[in-house]
Amino acid sequence: MYEKEKDLISAFLRGEVDRRGMLKGLGAAGIAAGSAGTLFNMMSTQALAADFDWKAHSGKSLKLLLNKHPYADAMIANLQAFKDLTGIEVTYDVFPEDVYFDKVTAALSSGSTEYDAFMTGAYMTWTYGPAGWIADLNEWIKDPAKTNPNYNWDDFLAGVKNSCAWNGQPGGALGSEDAKQWCIPWAFEQNNITYNREMFDKAGVELPKNLDDMIAVAAKLQKDIGGIYGIGVRGSRSWATIHPGFLSGYANFNQKDLNVSADGKLSAAMGTAESKAYHAKFVQMIQESGPKDWSTYTWYQVGADLGAGASAMIFDADCLGYFMNGGDNKMAGKLGYAAFAANPEATASTPNIWIWSLAMSNFSKDKDATWYFLQWASGPEHALFGATKMDFVDPVRQSIWKDEMFREKLNGKYPGYVEMFDASAAGASIKFTPQPLFFDVTTEWAATLQKMVAKQVPVDEGLDQLVESINRQLKEAGLG
Amino acid sequence: MASTATLRKPASGFRISRKMLPYVLSLPALLVCIGILIPFFTAVIYSFQRYRLSQPWARQFNWGENYLNFVTDPAFWNTLKVSLLYAGITVTLELLLGLGIALLLQRRSTINNFISIMLLLPLMIAPALAALMWKLMTNPSFGILSYLASLVGLHDFRWASSPDTALLTVILVDIWVYTPFIMILLLAGLRSLPTQPFEAAALDGVPRSFVFFRITLPMLTPYILTATLFRLLDSIQQFDIIYAMTQGGPGNTLTVFQVEAYLNFFQSTNVGRSAALLIILWAITYTLSNVFIKNWLRLRERARGEA
Repeated sequence: MYEKEKDLISAFLRGEVDRRGMLKGLGAAGIAAGSAGTLFNMMSTQALAADFDWKAHSGKSLKLLLNKHPYADAMIANLQAFKDLTGIEVTYDVFPEDVYFDKVTAALSSGSTEYDAFMTGAYMTWTYGPAGWIADLNEWIKDPAKTNPNYNWDDFLAGVKNSCAWNGQPGGALGSEDAKQWCIPWAFEQNNITYNREMFDKAGVELPKNLDDMIAVAAKLQKDIGGIYGIGVRGSRSWATIHPGFLSGYANFNQKDLNVSADGKLSAAMGTAESKAYHAKFVQMIQESGPKDWSTYTWYQVGADLGAGASAMIFDADCLGYFMNGGDNKMAGKLGYAAFAANPEATASTPNIWIWSLAMSNFSKDKDATWYFLQWASGPEHALFGATKMDFVDPVRQSIWKDEMFREKLNGKYPGYVEMFDASAAGASIKFTPQPLFFDVTTEWAATLQKMVAKQVPVDEGLDQLVESINRQLKEAGLG
Repeated sequence: MASTATLRKPASGFRISRKMLPYVLSLPALLVCIGILIPFFTAVIYSFQRYRLSQPWARQFNWGENYLNFVTDPAFWNTLKVSLLYAGITVTLELLLGLGIALLLQRRSTINNFISIMLLLPLMIAPALAALMWKLMTNPSFGILSYLASLVGLHDFRWASSPDTALLTVILVDIWVYTPFIMILLLAGLRSLPTQPFEAAALDGVPRSFVFFRITLPMLTPYILTATLFRLLDSIQQFDIIYAMTQGGPGNTLTVFQVEAYLNFFQSTNVGRSAALLIILWAITYTLSNVFIKNWLRLRERARGEA
């Protein structure tokens, strides 16, 4: 039964038939979408198993620590495929993001063997790696006996892959020759504009072309539409306020967080005239057109307001705009996307990126079995499943971005998303300087922004105080 | 004789000599004490180290450097100021309100008993949940309290998101949650006071204000001191309400000891600084406890002397 259909799927998996051809063939054979999916998963599992001993760790069990996120949901939805493929049992704990990273820190700093692998961001590995809490994954990636031949490490977007590798030297370049691969990128976010097309049409405004323009457009939208605010950006007293729109715009003016001297010493770099001008404009934008309680805003409030029609646009993660354009959000189907270059002299957008990644605990009781999970979860088959059947955006594999079905899905439901991604992908990377005091620097930076927005301190004076404080902390830590 | 010098446990044949009995009986207390003292002394040791989890190679004793750094660190002085201010204001207001409500409910009646039970409800809610509830109620866009504030002319009132009103907002939440605690303690105290002095004062036609200040208040002082001590120790260690509402912001407006120590450990992984902050907090609470307990003992002695 279904032998012809199985042959067709096998041909697709061998690359002899394209996706469209396979779907056409399955349709002609009268295979319903559900049955086709089951057959596809079955054949994928067989194809995977054919080239590699996926059963080497059968009977073992792993435990994961996950953040409540659509990426984790996509993995959980497909987890049975991994269990069937490997015979490895997998359990997991899921925590909301508010407490997730505290839970990870508590688990790792105590040397707990409870979790084998966990979700993380690349920034966090600048703490976890030097502390000895996570394993350098190069050991497994480069070992053909442990990594399946179809894994295709070169398929990962180079900038994203390199952003997860660091040599542990404060200020050392990400992805350098001597870098350790602290985590495997899973999916990532570029920070650009997501906007409400209806509101833009109603107010008769064009997409902002630079920061000055963004200030004016946000103010006009707020005034003309009424009952909404112009632009959503994060504002809580946390590193999370700095890394999305704020740092993306800042980097577009070629500004940095820290300077690295020839002898490897670090110093704060926010005190330049250009930095002060950028801060002043960003602060003005929040004061004029941001949410009233901006200083409590996390990604959740920024996204929820856009989805509910309480804001006209956001300068934040592209995938946040993606999620808000679907589901039961009031504004579903009404959102558009655009790359954004804050600097009028810049030729393209240069978004800072956040990368949800997978890391292996150094305290895992069975690292080889854990690597089996990591290579499956970050492998091409699961990436395709997540991107086409779930909300696994932005994928980190080039092959997924070339996949016709994925692009069609985005173009159909999320117009402008692919163009936005393509326009800024070349300039997308982590704009922070990797160093162990990342959270000290960014939390204090966010607190200073809050003071500026609340007019507790003038922008110039606030930045001078910030520079002085960060330099003092870097010295105390032996980094400055 | 051997039979009187030892205690026998027939089932297991386990013998405990009479000499050892006091030590065995106090063993559980000793174990609990060790369970408390080990983490405490570990924190003391950490507080004298340069210890960041992200720089394990740089871990070393720096002796008093963490504490000395506080002297020149404006953030620390701000933490001290905000913590004392927060504790002082919340306890004073809660005490006044709690005492007022307790006096109103002093007379035993069905309605008073019902009201006192109802008033205890906020105390049953986890403070972090109460803070999230208040965060919604004070949302400037749709919060009910923002709407009510606008009715009395306070348009654009920003509650916890403005440095001018953030302290006021978290104090309101603290008062809402913890006033019932003081109220119930003082109500129990009021209802347990002897009736004779009040009956004599009533017969003599003594004014109510005189009765309150010269009879009720002095007799209630041990209860007031107990309630104040509990609340003061809790307030100065405030974490959940402030962290859930503002994470210590806006700016450094609400970076009280516990929030600052928490952020230092979990975000900055700066164990040394976090431990030093907590040891200073311990020193403050220890001093305050001593002051209150000494006063409480003095009052008790005086009461016994008068009796």
